[in-house]
Amino acid sequence: MAKVHVTTTINGEPMEFLCEPSDTMLDALRGSLNLTGSKEGCASGDCGACSITLDDQLVCSCLMLAVESEGHEIRTIEGMANGDKLHPLQQKFLEMAALQCGICTSGMLVASDALLKRNPNPSEEEVRFWLAGNLCRCTGYDKIVRAVMDTAAEMRAQ
Amino acid sequence: MNVVTNNKWIGQRTIRPDGMDKVTGRAQFAADTTMPGMIWGKVLRSPHPHARIKSIDTSKAEKLPGVKAVVTSKDIFDFTIEKGAVMLGIQDMRWMCRNVMARDKALFPGHPIAAVAATTEAIAEEACKLIEVDYEVLPWSIEIEDAIKPDAPILHEFNKFEGKPSNIAGRLEHKKGDIEEGFKKADVVIERTFTTRPVHQGYIEPHACLISVAPDNKTTIWSSSQGQFMVRAMTSMLTGIPQSDIRAIPAEIGGGFGGKTIVYLEPLATMLAKKSGRPVKMVMTREEVMRATGPTSGSKSTVKIGATKDGKIVAAHGTFYLQAGAFPGSPIRGAAGCSFTPYDIPNLLSEGYDVVSNRSKVAAYRAPGAPIGAYAVECVLDEVAEALKMDPLDFRLKNAAKEGTKAAHGPVFPRIGYIETIEAAKNSDHYQAPLGDGHGKLRGRGVASGFWFNAGGESSAQVNITEDGNVVVTTGHPDIGGSRAGIANICAELLGIDYSRVSVIIGDTQTIGFSNLTGGSRVLFASSMVVTQSTEKIIQTLRERAAKIWEIDPEAVKWEQGAAHPVSPNAGQFEPLTLKELAEKAPAMGGPIGAGVQLNTVGADGGFGTHVCDVEIDVDLGIVRVTRYTAVQDVGRAIHPGYVEGQLQGGVAQGIGWALNEEYIYTKEGKVDNPGFLDYRMPVCSDLPMLDCIMVEIPNPKHPQGVKGVGEVPLVPVMAAVANAIYNALGKRFYALPMSPPKVLEVLDAPTQQAAE
Repeated sequence: MAKVHVTTTINGEPMEFLCEPSDTMLDALRGSLNLTGSKEGCASGDCGACSITLDDQLVCSCLMLAVESEGHEIRTIEGMANGDKLHPLQQKFLEMAALQCGICTSGMLVASDALLKRNPNPSEEEVRFWLAGNLCRCTGYDKIVRAVMDTAAEMRAQ
Repeated sequence: MNVVTNNKWIGQRTIRPDGMDKVTGRAQFAADTTMPGMIWGKVLRSPHPHARIKSIDTSKAEKLPGVKAVVTSKDIFDFTIEKGAVMLGIQDMRWMCRNVMARDKALFPGHPIAAVAATTEAIAEEACKLIEVDYEVLPWSIEIEDAIKPDAPILHEFNKFEGKPSNIAGRLEHKKGDIEEGFKKADVVIERTFTTRPVHQGYIEPHACLISVAPDNKTTIWSSSQGQFMVRAMTSMLTGIPQSDIRAIPAEIGGGFGGKTIVYLEPLATMLAKKSGRPVKMVMTREEVMRATGPTSGSKSTVKIGATKDGKIVAAHGTFYLQAGAFPGSPIRGAAGCSFTPYDIPNLLSEGYDVVSNRSKVAAYRAPGAPIGAYAVECVLDEVAEALKMDPLDFRLKNAAKEGTKAAHGPVFPRIGYIETIEAAKNSDHYQAPLGDGHGKLRGRGVASGFWFNAGGESSAQVNITEDGNVVVTTGHPDIGGSRAGIANICAELLGIDYSRVSVIIGDTQTIGFSNLTGGSRVLFASSMVVTQSTEKIIQTLRERAAKIWEIDPEAVKWEQGAAHPVSPNAGQFEPLTLKELAEKAPAMGGPIGAGVQLNTVGADGGFGTHVCDVEIDVDLGIVRVTRYTAVQDVGRAIHPGYVEGQLQGGVAQGIGWALNEEYIYTKEGKVDNPGFLDYRMPVCSDLPMLDCIMVEIPNPKHPQGVKGVGEVPLVPVMAAVANAIYNALGKRFYALPMSPPKVLEVLDAPTQQAAE
């Protein structure tokens, strides 16, 4: 089957790629675009390790077709830091040991960022329910929730 | 030994050396790796739980355009049964070669039958469908009760138990005193039977590897595992390629918890790469992970404990039947050896039975076997304490093992911190706080303790000083939970330099000496020992170099705050020489500065924890929520408290999942019915409360920094703590895991016969 040509924006950069019609956005990111920060843990939208945003909406890139990114704006973990300046969430995850093996970390950070953009002052319960689609098997979530809450407080103070 | 007094870095919450890569998406996990010319491998798996493989015809698959190689069991080295065990660590390669690729019989649904490499994943999958396998489907059994029936279908005819072919593959016992006599002295005797379901380690990263084999057999493996040396050795044994020709490079690992301590894909990918002449990448799907890797055992345990009126345990008997899956090797040693160990029991018999059945071969899971045994023992202890009208922590205190207690599995305990964990739990805000009003929901509080052996073993380190005066430490075990941060803390502390000047690398098999698995709660214990000794050698060299420059005796040079200083009789005569200055002078003063140490480390001793758990139960829906949790553990010395807490919290979260929801569910056809994260219900963020930790620090006297392993104990007491809390809330006790909503409702609706037994 002929490949499809897709024109999109990824992390602020105009991008073009070819994909199979059946390829997921995660396939395209990790394959021809070589953006392997998004991880595949389940391929069924249950683990959140492949979280990205599509026009600022949080999505599992394994549940989205690559062709659906045509004309839209995609953000991935690779676009989270500003040059060599980490996003406050990234910095806080490091300082508070909110990652262990690190496989869920990209998705957790992208999802947390999407939350704080919608709601800069989330309660613990709101953080927990928002991140309920992002599985972590190492941390017990404790330090992740604390890092998100602390980052939110810090960002509000600025 | 360099005694650390200032403690600038040890005990600090430093930023882990690999952290930046992991928060920016740069870190390279196994599935992130590609290579020019790479092709994809896929595995054809058995649909049947038990079937004789009469023939395999791969000709159609081989003819499919894009297919480059097909392998079957003929391509994997056969360790024949008759020649006896071929052990690699705790794994018998006779089973490993058959687990990696079915030989003669398929023994579980998901058992690999053949593997294909093709130019795309889709073609490889298509080719798998073209392989024709003639199966003679056989009767099967999955549950322990079915597998040990006299007329059960036998998985391995060669296996005999009490002289007859059997699915019982082994038995062990730990014995002390005389239980018959012991129980005669008891005023209260309680005996209960418990079952647990198999649960998966649930690492988020599926197994993956990329393997290149050159025509001269030089092989490079990038893979996700808990030990690159294990990968090298097992791949070598199963493919016949010498270890010296295999370079196993550890990718970053996305969780393991014991589940990545054996190979699944690597031997297949190696043979596909060898046959095709192309690098081969293989990545499991989540469904493959759930059907064909791990999990840990399901179990059936009977525990009987007798105590006198004054609260002293006088006798105990435990019988632990554990599912091994398709091949022998369930963790009966952990179940029978750990469960009673926190207690000083004069008369004890603890037995373990290893039972094979038609499900995937179990893999280690965080303190393998110990949580299963502890669930049974700690629940019965709770009942005995209640019968004696004793506080459950006081009952544990009264019977606690301490320095000098002889454990049933052999050792006499040195200074241990178990009592301190009970006392800390008892004095905690959590245990002191009232349960409070549940607003219509029932609340309860439970406690439980746990023990894990902890391991030492082989470890290698190399410490090199760079030309600009910084430090590169190389060790040999994959870092899953932040061990690089602990190693950097120690190295910076000993050298007296800033933490940021220490870089920590996980070496591959051909660049660093043999190091055993990341597992057994051994990594920081063992690696910090070899890193400490390597760093001490470096310090000695630096002192000698300074002495040479100053033309004084090396004994008159001390190393302090990152520099050599002259001491008596030359104190004050020379300006200190910093690490940077000495590194810059190295070419003229003796050459490169580096030191390596290899050790078979000993002195890990055991680890103990005591947990307190509060639950809230919605009796209409049967939903149990853990509302507060405190894990207390003797951690020896917390080299990086953030990652020690992380181990405690992570273990607790896994235990809560095991207690309340996680289980393998099977179809009538004997297949796993919930092989994905939607239906295999691991705890998500909104299922859990904050998880409090109390780190009791009783330094391990046998370790230069007082380190004790911490990774496994945190899972051991959890299921019992949750079960005891549920009993406290409901007045009804569960004898089976998981305590999921339908099962809670079943118990709530049942007449109260169990309690009256």
